Amino acid sequence: MTVLVLADHDGASINQPTRSAIAAAGKLGDVHLLVIGPEAVAQAGAKIAGVAKVLHAATEHLLAEPAAALIQSLAGNYTHLLAPGSALGKNVMPRVAALLDVQPISDISGIVDADTFVRPIYAGNALATVQSSDAKKVITVRAASFDPAAPEGGSAPIEPAQPAADPGVSSFVGAEIVKSERPELTAARVVVSGGRAIGSAENFKILDGIADKLGAAVGASRAAVDAGYAPNDLQVGQTGKIVAPELYMAFGISGAIQHLAGMKDSKVIVAINKDEEAPIFQVADYGLVGDIFKLIPEIEAELNK
Amino acid sequence: MKLLVPVKRVVDYNVKVRVKPDGTGVETANVKMSMNPFDEIAVEEAVRLKEKGIATEIVAVSIGPSQAQEQIRTALAMGADRGILVETADTVEPIAVAKLLKAIVEKEGPQVVILGKQAIDDDMNATGQMLAALLGWGQGTFASKVEIADGAANVTREVDGGLETVRLKLPAIVTTDLRLNEPRYASLPNIMKARKKPIETIKPADLGVDTTPRLKVIKVEEPPKRQAGVKVASAAELVSKLRNEAKVI
Ligand SMILES: Cc1cc2nc3c(=O)[nH]c(=O)nc-3n(C[C@H](O)[C@H](O)[C@H](O)COP(=O)(O)OP(=O)(O)OC[C@H]3O[C@@H](n4cnc5c(N)ncnc54)[C@H](O)[C@@H]3O)c2cc1C
Ligand SMILES: Cc1cc2nc3c(=O)[nH]c(=O)nc-3n(C[C@H](O)[C@H](O)[C@H](O)COP(=O)(O)OP(=O)(O)OC[C@H]3O[C@@H](n4cnc5c(N)ncnc54)[C@H](O)[C@@H]3O)c2cc1C
Repeated sequence: MTVLVLADHDGASINQPTRSAIAAAGKLGDVHLLVIGPEAVAQAGAKIAGVAKVLHAATEHLLAEPAAALIQSLAGNYTHLLAPGSALGKNVMPRVAALLDVQPISDISGIVDADTFVRPIYAGNALATVQSSDAKKVITVRAASFDPAAPEGGSAPIEPAQPAADPGVSSFVGAEIVKSERPELTAARVVVSGGRAIGSAENFKILDGIADKLGAAVGASRAAVDAGYAPNDLQVGQTGKIVAPELYMAFGISGAIQHLAGMKDSKVIVAINKDEEAPIFQVADYGLVGDIFKLIPEIEAELNK
Repeated sequence: MKLLVPVKRVVDYNVKVRVKPDGTGVETANVKMSMNPFDEIAVEEAVRLKEKGIATEIVAVSIGPSQAQEQIRTALAMGADRGILVETADTVEPIAVAKLLKAIVEKEGPQVVILGKQAIDDDMNATGQMLAALLGWGQGTFASKVEIADGAANVTREVDGGLETVRLKLPAIVTTDLRLNEPRYASLPNIMKARKKPIETIKPADLGVDTTPRLKVIKVEEPPKRQAGVKVASAAELVSKLRNEAKVI
């Protein structure tokens, strides 16, 4: 069996969720990596451990419509088509599936065999094991559930992929992408998150000290994002990012089901909340009751000791 | 221009679902059901487009049991003009939902179909993209802003790292993200008025679509439970436990 993985990248490097998808693909068969983007990304892809071949289609912007058409044109050679469950994978893969008349399997957290997969449903409150009867499987992979393939160690050949005809129904207008010095949320070893309690975008910076000290990514609850305290891509939860770091610290987050869905597989959870009844304490390994504005500087000071 | 808004009946987002003891699914009997929250956002966006004079008619569609009429009524009370229920008691996967919607699109001829980005029960995040593929239309998924003018839609999308804007030729598909708008509550007079708005009921077979599932659910189980841990008394104790007991920092 040969498996095609669609690479998600920022124009320079391939992200960790893609390497998790490569690791998942490796459990199914030989792995070919499709890079739609600059040559440098294809070269980075060739180095990832476990990649047998890189297919490279040079384009400036990765739009769903031509990308799906390209993957459809390549699909004949593959039993499984995978992508990370990132914004890119979620945008493109269901489109690919429909073009192939396949029911996609979204956000898998486990592989039972070549046809059978585990996926969380109902905000992770249930795990469904599903068996697909489709001839090809179109899958997105929950990054937090698979240890990523190593970024170095491979030396795969790079072959050009002939882009399929662009359906011509969409065009790229612009992007506002924030480059952060911090690790990616879904890849970080430590995540420090703030909720509605933070109170303003200005205040959100109070998490920086702890995040810097621990090399952590910063996350947020939906309430904090909706209120404009934090950018949308920091939202952790059922409908945001799913994270499973070694350490997750929740500051002023109540612990709604939808938030827990995004972080409850973290190894160690710390909750800081002034309400000792807050539901977040039911999943926290260490709870600290009190005011975040007093405790954050204290924790920072302790970390500096 | 006409807009089509698919609305799904799902377990209310406040309900903590329980897995059935026999492992065949989750308990949905006697559980509060509501319109999928992302679909409320979709209806709201459609109603705003109508209020701005861009749209002229909004058709709400649901695929589900006869009770899904309740969700269509909610959409009608928010401002949709009429409803279509594709009635089925069976499990309908996104591929089949997309095919049913395609058949309805071909009959109704909307310029834009606005869907939720994901249904909060099955969390597939797939139907809109699949419908776009089947129709050969452009897709603006995870939308946080939609502008329609001159035969095109500019859709700002929530992506990893920030926002991206794409321009789609009409007709097109939009799927809603949380920040697109805040859905209104239907007023009592509008709820009353909605009772008089028409809902047409059809069957999947009327649309010539085979809805046989492609995925067989082998089992549904509860995820491992987390135990509540301990409360610590101070920042110092917390950091010390993280260093010496949990050894994560
Ligand atoms: C369709 C849908 C999808 C959703 N998706 C997501 C999702 O992906 N992610 C997500 O997070 N949510 C999601 N939600 C929202 C979720 O239901 C909650 O509303 C949200 O998580 C609440 O955020 P919060 O905990 O920051 O705010 P709140 O619930 O308001 O909690 C704030 C907490 O801060 C505490 N607090 C206040 N001041 C202080 C202080 N000074 N010091 C210490 N503690 C303080 C309070 O005691 C409270 O517990 C979704 C909801 C819906 C309907
Ligand atoms: C493991 C598993 C377990 C399942 N268990 C059950 C179960 O217990 N009970 C059950 O009824 N079904 C069950 N299903 C079927 C599931 O509900 C369907 O797959 C569902 O109709 C489509 O998936 P989704 O809602 O996640 O789609 P998404 O792609 O997440 O939905 C996106 C958007 O598409 C539109 N949409 C989707 N479905 C409809 C619809 N029916 N009507 C109108 N608009 C719609 C909405 O605008 C929605 O916001 C199960 C499926 C699987 C794979």
